Amino acid sequence: MTSYPDWWKLIFGRFTLEAIPYHEPILIGTFAAVALGGIVVLALITRYRLWGYLWHEWFTSVDHKKIGIMYMILGVIMLLRGFADALMMRGQQAIAFAGNEGYLPPHHYDQIFTAHGVIMIFFVAMPFVTGLMNYVVPLQIGARDVAFPFLNNFSFWMTVGGAVLIMASLFIGEFAKVGWLAYPPLSGAAYSPGVGMDYYLWGLQIAGIGTTLSGVNLIATIVKMRAPGMDMMKMPVFTWTSLCTNVLIVATFPILAATLALLTLDRYVGTNFFTNDLGGNPMMYVNLIWIWGHPEVYILILPIFGVYSEVASAFCGKRLFGYASMVYATVVITILSYLVWLHHFFTMGSGASVNSFFGITTMIISIPTGAKIFNWLFTMYRGRIRFELPMMWLLAFMITFVIGGMTGVMLAVPPADFVLHNSLFLIAHFHNVIIGGVVFGVFAGIAYWFPKAFGFKLDRFWGVLSFWFWVIGFYVAFMPLYILGLMGVTRRLSRFEDPSLQIFFVIAAVGAVLIALGILCFLIQIGVSILRREQLRDTTGDPWDGRTLEWSTSSPPPAYNFAFTPIVHDLDAWADMKKRGFTRPLAGFRPIHMPRNTGAGVIIAGLATLCGFALIWYIWWLAALSFVAVLATVIIHTFNYDRDFHIPADEVVQAEDARTQLLGRA
Amino acid sequence: MDLENVSSRNGEASTLLRIFRIIAVLPLFALLGGCQWVLLAPSGDVALQQRNLLLASTALMLLVIVPVMALTIFFAWRYRASAKAAYDPDWNHSLPLEVVIWSVPLLIIIVIGAMTWMGTHLLDPYRPLNRIAAGKPIVEARAGSSAVRKQPLVIEVVALDWKWLFLYPAQGIASLNEVVAPVDQPIEFRITSSAVMNSLFIPALAGQIYAMPGMQTKLNAVINHPGEFEGFSANYSGAGFSDMRFRFRGVDDAAFGEWVQSAIRGGSTLGREEYLVLERPSEREAVRYFRDVPSDLFTAILNMCVDRAKMCTRDMMAMDAKGGGGKEGIHTVAALEYDKSVRRGGQPLPPRPFVMAICTPTDVYGAAGLSARAVN
Amino acid sequence: MAKATAQAAGTVPAFYVTEEEHAHPGGSTMLGFWLYLMSDCLVFAVLFATYGVLGRNYAAGPSGADLFDLKLVAVNTAMLLFSSITYGFAMLAMDKGRQAAVQGWLVVTALFGLAFLGIELYEFAHLIHEGATPMRSAFLSSFFTLVGTHGLHVTFGLIWLAVLMTQVSKHGLIEANRRRLMCLSMFWHFLDVVWIGVFTFVYLMGVLK
Repeated sequence: MTSYPDWWKLIFGRFTLEAIPYHEPILIGTFAAVALGGIVVLALITRYRLWGYLWHEWFTSVDHKKIGIMYMILGVIMLLRGFADALMMRGQQAIAFAGNEGYLPPHHYDQIFTAHGVIMIFFVAMPFVTGLMNYVVPLQIGARDVAFPFLNNFSFWMTVGGAVLIMASLFIGEFAKVGWLAYPPLSGAAYSPGVGMDYYLWGLQIAGIGTTLSGVNLIATIVKMRAPGMDMMKMPVFTWTSLCTNVLIVATFPILAATLALLTLDRYVGTNFFTNDLGGNPMMYVNLIWIWGHPEVYILILPIFGVYSEVASAFCGKRLFGYASMVYATVVITILSYLVWLHHFFTMGSGASVNSFFGITTMIISIPTGAKIFNWLFTMYRGRIRFELPMMWLLAFMITFVIGGMTGVMLAVPPADFVLHNSLFLIAHFHNVIIGGVVFGVFAGIAYWFPKAFGFKLDRFWGVLSFWFWVIGFYVAFMPLYILGLMGVTRRLSRFEDPSLQIFFVIAAVGAVLIALGILCFLIQIGVSILRREQLRDTTGDPWDGRTLEWSTSSPPPAYNFAFTPIVHDLDAWADMKKRGFTRPLAGFRPIHMPRNTGAGVIIAGLATLCGFALIWYIWWLAALSFVAVLATVIIHTFNYDRDFHIPADEVVQAEDARTQLLGRA
Repeated sequence: MDLENVSSRNGEASTLLRIFRIIAVLPLFALLGGCQWVLLAPSGDVALQQRNLLLASTALMLLVIVPVMALTIFFAWRYRASAKAAYDPDWNHSLPLEVVIWSVPLLIIIVIGAMTWMGTHLLDPYRPLNRIAAGKPIVEARAGSSAVRKQPLVIEVVALDWKWLFLYPAQGIASLNEVVAPVDQPIEFRITSSAVMNSLFIPALAGQIYAMPGMQTKLNAVINHPGEFEGFSANYSGAGFSDMRFRFRGVDDAAFGEWVQSAIRGGSTLGREEYLVLERPSEREAVRYFRDVPSDLFTAILNMCVDRAKMCTRDMMAMDAKGGGGKEGIHTVAALEYDKSVRRGGQPLPPRPFVMAICTPTDVYGAAGLSARAVN
Repeated sequence: MAKATAQAAGTVPAFYVTEEEHAHPGGSTMLGFWLYLMSDCLVFAVLFATYGVLGRNYAAGPSGADLFDLKLVAVNTAMLLFSSITYGFAMLAMDKGRQAAVQGWLVVTALFGLAFLGIELYEFAHLIHEGATPMRSAFLSSFFTLVGTHGLHVTFGLIWLAVLMTQVSKHGLIEANRRRLMCLSMFWHFLDVVWIGVFTFVYLMGVLK
C-alpha cells in the first residue's frame, strides 16, 4: 500500500484509491452493470421529465400508500442483490471440492455470506413487512393516514439510507467478513480492522432508527386511529399481528441500536466492552444481540401470519376459524419471543438448567404457533376454496412451515442442538421458516393486495409459474442442506475436502437456480400485468369478495382513503356491510383534512447517510459538517407550522363521482 | 365464472396437491440412506444419546405434523370451490376443537419438555460420564473391589488462528491438528481459544462446545469404536476458518501408548516462546507433535499470559474482586492488552493516550502478581 | 363524535360518519412520544445492564470508590432536580397562558441544565486527566458510556429548549407549541428519572463498596 500525504488523510480520511476494487473482475462487472442500468434509468427519467413527478408525488409524499409501495420496491431491489449473493455462495460451494478453490477467495466469500444475511433480513424482509403494514393497516382500520405521516416518510428514507451504505460497500472499500450478527472479538478493531465492519455498523444503525420510528408510528396509528366501533376484538387479524410486531419493534430495536453503539465505541474510541482486553466481555454482545435477534424473527413472521389469516378467510369465503384464539396466540408469541434468546447459543456452555429453561420456553412457542396452523386448517373446513395465487401460497406455506417448525423444535432440544448448532441443518431450518413462512407470505400479500394498490390484478400465468419455481426450488435447494447438516457439515465454509458431499451441494445449487427463475417469473409477472392492465382491470375495488375495510374503497384508493369514515359493527366489517345492505353514500361530501407533503424526510435521511459514510472512512470534517446539517434541517423543519391542508369538497365529489360511474359500468 | 375456467383451476389444484404429496414424502426416502450420516450413526456414546433424543423428539412431533399435512391437503381438495361440498360461511368457532388444537400440541411439548430437561442434565458437557456405553456403567472404585473407576483422560484444547492445539498434561505432549484417544476411555476436554471464538466439534464423538478466549469450557465424551473421524471448528472465525480441521483417532490402549511414545521421541519442544510463534495466524498446518510441554502452559494460555509481560487475567480478576488496583494501577495498560491486531494483518491499534508501564511489572502486579509469577 | 346516519332508521345501521369531529392534528402525539420515551428507556436499560455486568471489571485499575467525588455529583444531581422543578413551573405558567413567565422559567431551567452539563464535563475532564479514560477498563467504558449518553440527552434537550423558546416567542402559546412544550417536559422529567438511577446505581453504590 502506498502511503498517502497528510493532506490527503485530512480530506479523504482513510479512503485510498486502493479501496476501489478494480482488481476484482466480478465486482467490476457488477459495477459496470449497475452503473449502466442506473444511467439508463436516470436518462429515461430525465427524457420523460419525471423528476418533478417523482419528487412531488413520491419521494416527498407522506401518503402511507405511496410509502408502502416504495418500501415494497426497495424490498424487490434488495432481494435481487441478496439473491445474487446466494447464487454466488451456492456456486462456490458446488464446485470447491477436493483441492478446487472455487472462484471466490475467502476474503470475498466471507463478505458475501455476511452481506447475504444482513441484506435479506434488514433490507428485504423488513421493507417487505413494513411495506405491507404501511399500505394495509390504515385502510383496514378505516383511517386516512398514519398517526405521524412525516415520520413515516422519514423512516422510509432512513431505511433507504442504510441500504445505500450497504450497497456502497460493494464498490467502495469492502463489506464486513464476520457473519450477519458480527460476534466480537472477531468484529472488533483488532481482528476486523477494515471499513467493512463500519459499513455494517452505520448501515444498520441508520436503518434501525427508521425501523424504530416506523414502529412507534404504527402502534400510535392502530391504538388511536381506528374507525368508530372497531374495538380491539373487532380488529382484523392482520392489524392485530401488525400491532404485536410493532410493539416488538419498539421493544427490541433500541437494544440493537445500543448494542451496535457499544461495538462502535469499541472500534472507534477504543473502549473495552467486547474486547479480550482490560475486562471486556465478548459474550455479553452475544446475549444482547440475540435479545434483539430472536424477537426480530417474530417481527418478520407475525405480520405474515396476519396476511395468511386474511387470505384464508377471503379465499375460503368464510370467517376465520377461532379469531379469539388467533389473537391470543399472537399475543402469547409476542411475549414468549423475549424469553428464548439463549437458544441461539446453548453451546456456550451455560449449564444444564439454564439451557433447559430456554429450550423449553422455545418449545412452548410452538404451541400457539401450532394453534394458528390449526386455525387456518379449520378455516378451510366447510369453506368454498378458490385457488387464486394467494391461496396457493397459503397452502404451500402450511405444508412447508410445519416442517420448519418441526426442525425448529429439534434444534430447541439442547443436547440435539449440540450436534446441529451452526450446521447446514440450522441453515436449512431458518430458510425453511423464513422462505416457507415470510417470503411465501409476502408473495401472497403482494398477489392479494396488488389489485387494491394499482387497480388491476396480477397476471395469473406468470404468477403460477413463479409459484412453482419458488416452491419446488425451495425444496430442491434446502432439503439437501438438511441432509448435509445430518452429515455433520457446518456453515460458512468456502471449500470442502470430502468429495461425497459434492452431489448435495450441486442439487442445492440447482434449487437456487430454480428460485432465481421464480424471481424472474415474478418480475415478468409484474411487467406483463402492467402491459395487460386493461384486461386485468378491477373496477369494483373488491376483486376477491374481500371481508375487511380496505376492500370497501376504490382501487387504487383515493388519497383520502375513505370519503366518510366507516363505522364498524362486526369483525370482517366489509363482509358485514355487504351482507346488511350497505349503500355507498353519493352526496354530502365535505372537505377532507390531510397532511402536506414535505421534502424534509429525504433531506435529513440523505444527510444522515452522508454522515455515516464520512464516519466509515474517518472523514471527520464531513462527518461533523453533515451532523450539524442534520441538526439544522431538523430544527428548520420544526419551524414549519403549515403541515396540513384540506382537500376541497369539489375534488372529493369529482373522485367519488368517477367511482360511481366506474361501478355503474361494472 | 365460466366452466372452462373452473375445470382448469380444478386441474391446477389437483396438480398442486399431487406435487405437495410427493414433496412431503421426499425426506422419508432420504432417510433410507441414513447409514453414512455421521449424526445418525455416531461412534461415541454421547453423540449416540444425542441422536436418540433427536429421533425421539422427531417421532413425537410427527404425531402432529403428519395429520396436519394430510388434513391440509384433504381439506384443500375436499372444499375446493368446484366440488360444491358443504359450505358453512358462518362456522368459525368450536370449543371442543379449540381445546383439542391447544391441548394436543401442549401434551406433546410436555413430553418433549420432560425429555429435554432430563436429557440436558444428563448430557451436560460439563458432567463427568457415568457410563462408557449402554450397559457399561463407570463403577465407583471401592477398596478391595476389582472394579476400577476409569479416570478420564484430560485433553486441553486451544483453538488457534486457524488450527487446533491439543495438550496432554498427563503425558507431557501436545499435537497440532490431530487428537488421539483410547477406545472406551472417558475423555475430558478443557477448551479455550487464543484470540476469537471457535467451536470444537467432532460429530462422531459428541456435540460441540464453544472455544472462547480467556474462558474455559469442558466436554466429557467417550469414543466406542476405533477409527479416524473428522473434527473442525463449527463457529466462523475468519479467513482460515474453512481449513480449521483436524483428525480425531480412536485407537486401542496399546496404540495410544505407542502414539504417545512416538510424540515424545519425534516431537519438537513446546515452551512459551514456541507457543507464541505457533499462535500467529496460519492456515492448513500439517500435523505436528510436541514434547516437553510445561504443565502450566494451558493455564497461561487460558489466562492470556503466555507472554510474561502480560498480567494473567486470573490475577487481574483477583485484584478486581478486592476493589481494583486503585489509582496507582491506572497506567498498567500494556500488560492487560491481549488482542493482537498486527498479527491478523491489520494496522496497529491506535495507541492508548497515556503512559505505558512506567513501573516494572513486579511493582504493578503487587502481591497477587508476585505469587502468580512464582507459580509460572 | 357525532354519528348521524345517512339512512335514517330501519334495520340497516349507520355504516359511516357523516359529520366528522373537528380534525385535530397531533391527537396521537402524546402516545407516540411516550412510545419513543419507552424505546429510549430501553437504550438506557441496555447501558445499565452493561454497567451491571462490567461495572466491577476494573482491570487492575481504579474503581468508583477511588474516582468519584460524591459531593460534586450531589451538587450535580441537585442541578438537574431543580431544573425539573423549574420546568414544572414553566408548565404551570403555560396552563395559565402566561407567556413571559413560561419563557422566564424555561431560561432558569436551561441555566440549571447548563450547570449540570458543565459540572459533568468538568468531572469527565478531571477523570481523563488522571488517566481514568473510557479506554482504561471495562468499568470505565461502561461508566462513561452510561453517564455520557445521559449527558448527550441533556445536551439535545437544551438545544430543543432553545428552539422551543424561539418558537414560543415567535408564535406564542399556540396549540402546537403547547404540545411541544408538553413533549419536552416529558423528555426532561424522563432524564431526571434516569439520572436518579445513575446516581443510585453508579455513584452511591460505586462509592459504598
